[in-house]
Amino acid sequence: MIHAAEGGAGILIPVWQEIVVGAIAFGLLCFVLMKFVFPRMEKTFEARVDAIEGGIERAEKAQEEANQTLEEYRRKLAGAQEEAAAIRDEARADAVAAKEEILVSAREEANRIIAAGHANVEASRQQLVRELRSEVGNLAVDLAGKIIGQRLAGETATEQTVDRFLAELNDDTASEASGAR
Amino acid sequence: MTDSAKVLAEELHFPPGTDSFNFRDWFPGLSDTALANVFTTITFAVWLTVAILIVFFLWAYRKPQIVPTKRQWLAESAYGFVRDTVSVEVLGKKEGVRFAPYLTCLFLFVVLMNFWAIVPFVQISPNSHIAFPATLGILSWVIYNYVGIRKHGFLGYLKMTCVPPGAPVFIYPLLIPIEFLQNLILRPVTLALRLFANMFAGHLILLVFILGGFTLLQSDNLFIQGVSVVSWAFGIAMTFFELIVILLQAYVFTLLTTLYIQGSLADEH
Repeated sequence: MIHAAEGGAGILIPVWQEIVVGAIAFGLLCFVLMKFVFPRMEKTFEARVDAIEGGIERAEKAQEEANQTLEEYRRKLAGAQEEAAAIRDEARADAVAAKEEILVSAREEANRIIAAGHANVEASRQQLVRELRSEVGNLAVDLAGKIIGQRLAGETATEQTVDRFLAELNDDTASEASGAR
Repeated sequence: MTDSAKVLAEELHFPPGTDSFNFRDWFPGLSDTALANVFTTITFAVWLTVAILIVFFLWAYRKPQIVPTKRQWLAESAYGFVRDTVSVEVLGKKEGVRFAPYLTCLFLFVVLMNFWAIVPFVQISPNSHIAFPATLGILSWVIYNYVGIRKHGFLGYLKMTCVPPGAPVFIYPLLIPIEFLQNLILRPVTLALRLFANMFAGHLILLVFILGGFTLLQSDNLFIQGVSVVSWAFGIAMTFFELIVILLQAYVFTLLTTLYIQGSLADEH
């Protein structure tokens, strides 16, 4: 039996061999852990903090980039919309102008055609009048000559001459009208 | 009691006394030499404690990774617990990280040494022998004094620890011896005694209930024999209670050492 404690307060007197064992054992523990384990843990902690902070930094950078890109796209989109509106307005203005132009030219054309028609009609009428006038003159001369010739032959003959003349005239106008047609 | 019961009771050493803390040396040939105390269950437990801690930490931290494995996490949280909740909390970031390794060694060593108190077949903590707490107490004393003297110089440190600021001069003759005794002599003693006494008492309490159960069993009265079950139940309950004491005392020892270091590092008032 080892009597470390001789009863009573003896338990408070340390066994020197145990102090030596305790000191060596604890010293060894401290040496190994403080030299090979805990410094590496600190390094790992630091690396971990670095990794996390680096990750956050990278994420922030990416976020910023994304924001910039988004802004740019928005700006571009707004520009494109403005441009489209401008183009649309221009097209509308062009269309209105073209319509106006077409209307104007059509109206002019119509007027010209109408004017030409009028001119034609007028010319025809003039010609007809001219022709009629000379015809009527000739007819009148014919009639007058015939009347004068018949007067001598009698009343009935005269009447017959006039009737014949009128019938001739009728035939002439009918054939002329069909010829003109 | 019958004769055989008497013999049994003697073998059981009930009630337990200081003899209960004496252990047979393992090698009878060494019994009469100075080496007798070196090979006992107690010293074996000490060596096993150190071996377990060293092997575990070297194994767990062989290949540290940023994203820790389970065992790496376990090792890190042991260190991180002392580092963050004790060392850095009390000493600040810079000094806290500096002293964390030693304080962690201290904490782990004390916890595991205490833990032998409830390990079956051992059931006694080496810390119930005053030698081990005394060694640790003296180490703490050396460290906080060394740190203080390094920082403030020998006389400056003496003045800082022994002369409380703001006290009137006429009371110095009374105050200085008290402060000196308290801060430079008694601190390691109280550190060692607190740990020792807790583990010693814990061992005694477990012995009382468990051996008491056996002693009751030897009674001729059936009722008293039945009571032994209650005694053992208490023994088990006390084992859980002991677990709390084990952790608490290790924490207290570490925290007080940290506070002493903090006192030595404090700026002069």
